[in-house]
Amino acid sequence: MTRRLNRTGDVDWISIAVYFLLVLLGWINIYAAVYDQDHHSIFDTTQRYGKQLLWIGFSVLVIIAIFIIDVKFYDFFAYVIYGLLISILIIVLLFGVEVNGARSWFEIGSFRMQPAEFAKFATTLALAKYLNSANFKIHNLKSLFYLGLIIFLPAGLILLQNDTGSAMVYIAFFFVLYREGLSGSFLLIGVLSVVLFIMSMMLDLTTISILLTSSAVLVYALYQRNWKEIGFVAGVFLAFGAILYAIDYFFKLNRPGYQIVLLAVLLSGLIYLYFSYFKKLQIGFVLTFALIAGISYTTTVDYVFNNLLEAHQQDRIKVLLGMVDDPHGAGYNVTQSKIAIGSGGLTGKGFLQGTQTKFDFVPEQSTDFIFCTVGEEWGYLGTSTVIILFVLLLLRLIFLAERQRSHFNRIFGWGVVSVIFFHFAVNIAMTIGLAPVIGIPLPFFSYGGSSLWGFTFLLFVFLKLDSTRKQYLQ
Amino acid sequence: MNTLLDRRKYVIGAIIVVLTLIFLVKLFFIQVVNTRYKVSAEHNSQRHQIEYPARGLIYDRYNNLLVYNQAAYDLMIVPREVRTFDTLDFCNMLEISLQQVRDNINAAKKHSWYKPSIFLKQISAITYAKLQEKLFKFPGFFVQTRTLRKYPQSTAANVLGYVGEVDERITQRDNYYKSGDYTGISGIEKTYENDLRGRKGVTIYLVDVHNRKQGSFQEGKYDTVAVSGKDIMTTIDAELQAYGELLMRNKIGSITAIEPSTGEILCMVSSPSYDPNLLVGRVRGQNYRILSQDTLNPLFNRALMAQYPPGSTFKLANALIGMQEGVVHRNTSYSCSGPESRPIRCSHNHISPIALIGSIEQSCNSYYWKVFNSIISNPKYQNTEEGFQAWRSYFLNLGFGSPVGADLFNELGGNIPTVQFYDKYYKKGGWRPMTIRSLSIGQGEILVTPIQLANFTATIANRGFYIKPHIVKQVDNLALDSQFERKESHIDSSAFELVVEGMGRVFDGDHGTARWYRLPEIPMCGKTGTAENPHGDDHSIFIAFAPRENPQIAVSVVVENAGFGSTWAVPIASLMIEKYINRTVERKGIEDRMTSGNLISKK
Ligand SMILES: [Zn+2]
Repeated sequence: MTRRLNRTGDVDWISIAVYFLLVLLGWINIYAAVYDQDHHSIFDTTQRYGKQLLWIGFSVLVIIAIFIIDVKFYDFFAYVIYGLLISILIIVLLFGVEVNGARSWFEIGSFRMQPAEFAKFATTLALAKYLNSANFKIHNLKSLFYLGLIIFLPAGLILLQNDTGSAMVYIAFFFVLYREGLSGSFLLIGVLSVVLFIMSMMLDLTTISILLTSSAVLVYALYQRNWKEIGFVAGVFLAFGAILYAIDYFFKLNRPGYQIVLLAVLLSGLIYLYFSYFKKLQIGFVLTFALIAGISYTTTVDYVFNNLLEAHQQDRIKVLLGMVDDPHGAGYNVTQSKIAIGSGGLTGKGFLQGTQTKFDFVPEQSTDFIFCTVGEEWGYLGTSTVIILFVLLLLRLIFLAERQRSHFNRIFGWGVVSVIFFHFAVNIAMTIGLAPVIGIPLPFFSYGGSSLWGFTFLLFVFLKLDSTRKQYLQ
Repeated sequence: MNTLLDRRKYVIGAIIVVLTLIFLVKLFFIQVVNTRYKVSAEHNSQRHQIEYPARGLIYDRYNNLLVYNQAAYDLMIVPREVRTFDTLDFCNMLEISLQQVRDNINAAKKHSWYKPSIFLKQISAITYAKLQEKLFKFPGFFVQTRTLRKYPQSTAANVLGYVGEVDERITQRDNYYKSGDYTGISGIEKTYENDLRGRKGVTIYLVDVHNRKQGSFQEGKYDTVAVSGKDIMTTIDAELQAYGELLMRNKIGSITAIEPSTGEILCMVSSPSYDPNLLVGRVRGQNYRILSQDTLNPLFNRALMAQYPPGSTFKLANALIGMQEGVVHRNTSYSCSGPESRPIRCSHNHISPIALIGSIEQSCNSYYWKVFNSIISNPKYQNTEEGFQAWRSYFLNLGFGSPVGADLFNELGGNIPTVQFYDKYYKKGGWRPMTIRSLSIGQGEILVTPIQLANFTATIANRGFYIKPHIVKQVDNLALDSQFERKESHIDSSAFELVVEGMGRVFDGDHGTARWYRLPEIPMCGKTGTAENPHGDDHSIFIAFAPRENPQIAVSVVVENAGFGSTWAVPIASLMIEKYINRTVERKGIEDRMTSGNLISKK
């Protein structure tokens, strides 16, 4: 009797409720996205909503199975499960079927399965097990190496399958590492270099230098509040700028504007670097150094991109960043997606009344772009509800993770949070044009059995772990 | 330490919350604030209809139309908009099978699920009219108007070139082109593609569920207007071109004529040729296959791409160089023992010794061996290599050794051998004028194209310079004259006068090889040549210009496997000159003999 209580007694019903709410809303929107008058039975398995209903049914079985299996199973077999998934990823690379250019599917009859969706779960398990092991020391080179191997091996294999979106998800595990003690600067430098890389593609160097400089000055101002010093730095910079501009003007050098700004920043930066080093102004030193590094980095990226890369390589990056229209229409997708969402207005057009998504202007509308249907038919009320549900789930999961007494459980919990968050953030951002089109599904929402089950595994194994947390009291 | 790490959960939590706020604000702007995305419920689907501009027309030098456009209709499909439709009616109307419908739909789906692709190319105007009425019954289909090239005169196929669908290589290199677009593939269509193509426009329509246009999207804010291609006036004389094609019927070879004072190409006949209308529309693929498999290679523009040893026509160049180098004068005479001559036999008996003018008229091999030897062995040069180098650079100045045209498609350059070549072939220092003596009479490693020969003739007609040969006179009514470079031969005009006198004797002299084809009212100058052909009968070559003073036309004629020059090449050149200058041909007998001559079956 007590065993039985342990199985379900301490389950976090809030998370389960949000899960089912999201799955249900997802299904309703898939139904709307592919609805047509000829097929309207919700059990019609030739249609996507019929199939999705089937997948949801299977998910319930998966959930029951997860709760029946003993909790020690996951810890004990973590590496075995990981190894198994890695082999499957290799097999799919060799014998898989290609869909939309990615060789990442198994096909059995009319059903397809995408192992990459389950690899996230396996990696989270292996990561939790390894970070929890006695011989792991964060900031130890050997440990970091194994850590990198665990994360990047599946990511690399998925990249080889030509499924860039799914491979990028593995970046999310840096949140876990950060929570577990990896120096925050790794996270910061990582984020900054990505942001700067994208900026250097989108903006010209003058704008970037001005942006970087002014944000450095701003941070410094907020931190130090020493107006005299700021005035001094700004003065030196302006003076250099004026001198360089004058030189350019009188000698008719006709250098582009960004070169003058860059040189002025560099010269005044060097002077200030010298100044702050001797005056022991740590923050000033770090900021100036970061500024110079940042500008050199963007300049290098810019140079490498324009001078060293071949045209087709440039195009690939531009397509990835959604800057050019690719043959399958990355830019086209975003425009259409925004029109669909925008046409929903505050309250939406109503269930099944969406026209942009119905008349097939949004591609992949039941998978990666399912959020469009939400936006069109349910309006701002619908989109904000879905977003708030996700945030609730994520914050709740953080809360659950933090209340774990076992390291393994906590790390696993953070893994679940990171993966779901990454998917959520990137998917929504790409649909509303804030991020390049990276084809990854919206968790629990998008059409697809593999994706639904993959997230179900992640979430419910964690909920199972959480439900037994009290066993660690003894 | 632990408490510090515990604080990180707030950092991550904060990141999540901040991003969420960004999403909520952005969505608020897209959905509530911004009205740009509001599209009314009925006018929901957009259709991007490409407006293809009319391709520029092509005229001949007298404003006769050579190429125009005819409307054609492509049936387009957007796979995702296709709903169940009456396939029987559809198949009957288009006269295609059900299987073909399925295949074409699948092919379109493969290209794109939601962008238009071509379902059926170039349906007839009648089918189009029938289809237009019923189009609303077939959602997902619409008709795109395109134009096809038409050639009213059916001539100059290789000059004009043809238009075809772009391949992946082109779409990747130039993003103006999208799959399914047309582009010039050869000839003028290719070289002047950027002028001829114009600029595509796009109109975005809203269409309703029944595939009916409902008006433009956002008042046409995103539409662009198609700009027609520019019309081109070529330098071709269509009548002369057609006449040349007639004369070359059943013969392999080419006729190239240039107006010496301008470098304008008057005609460029390559034979056998084909009717340019064969490479248009739905029949293009099939016809192209047939033409490209033809052993006589009608797609090969012989005027620009065939390379022959120039034979005796090169003696003129050697004479010019000899005079400029000061080793030959009007009165320089050499003896010749006819077929017994050494080291090169002379092909026929003539009075000996012979002087410069006579040597041209009689085409004496011995004479030119001696001229060649004295150019290269000139004591002012240290050695054979240096002498040869000087000789070679004259030829480059005369437009040989590399493509000579300004705007010609796929022109080849011929070959003037280099010092390095002989150094490699005979070892350095291992060769003498004697070793390479066949160059003196235009045989050996030397290769020229018919256009280079015509240009050389124009240079002689001009007494010392040429304008780079070109095929287009005006683009969009703007003359291109100033774009074409004048090139100097760096040989004195007095030398040219002597050569012209010799060439005149070829027609007027008692022993001239072209004496049967002189025309009293038009003084002509010419020179025969025979290109040795190891694979069969020699090729007959003739170059000529007329009139002798103020020349209007310079022409080179090559007839393959025709043996000695005077039987075929000379009369053809003479008739071409008569046709161009008099606009009509009186010598019907010669004309008949030429048009009925069949040298292809002989081979
Ligand atoms: Zn002789």
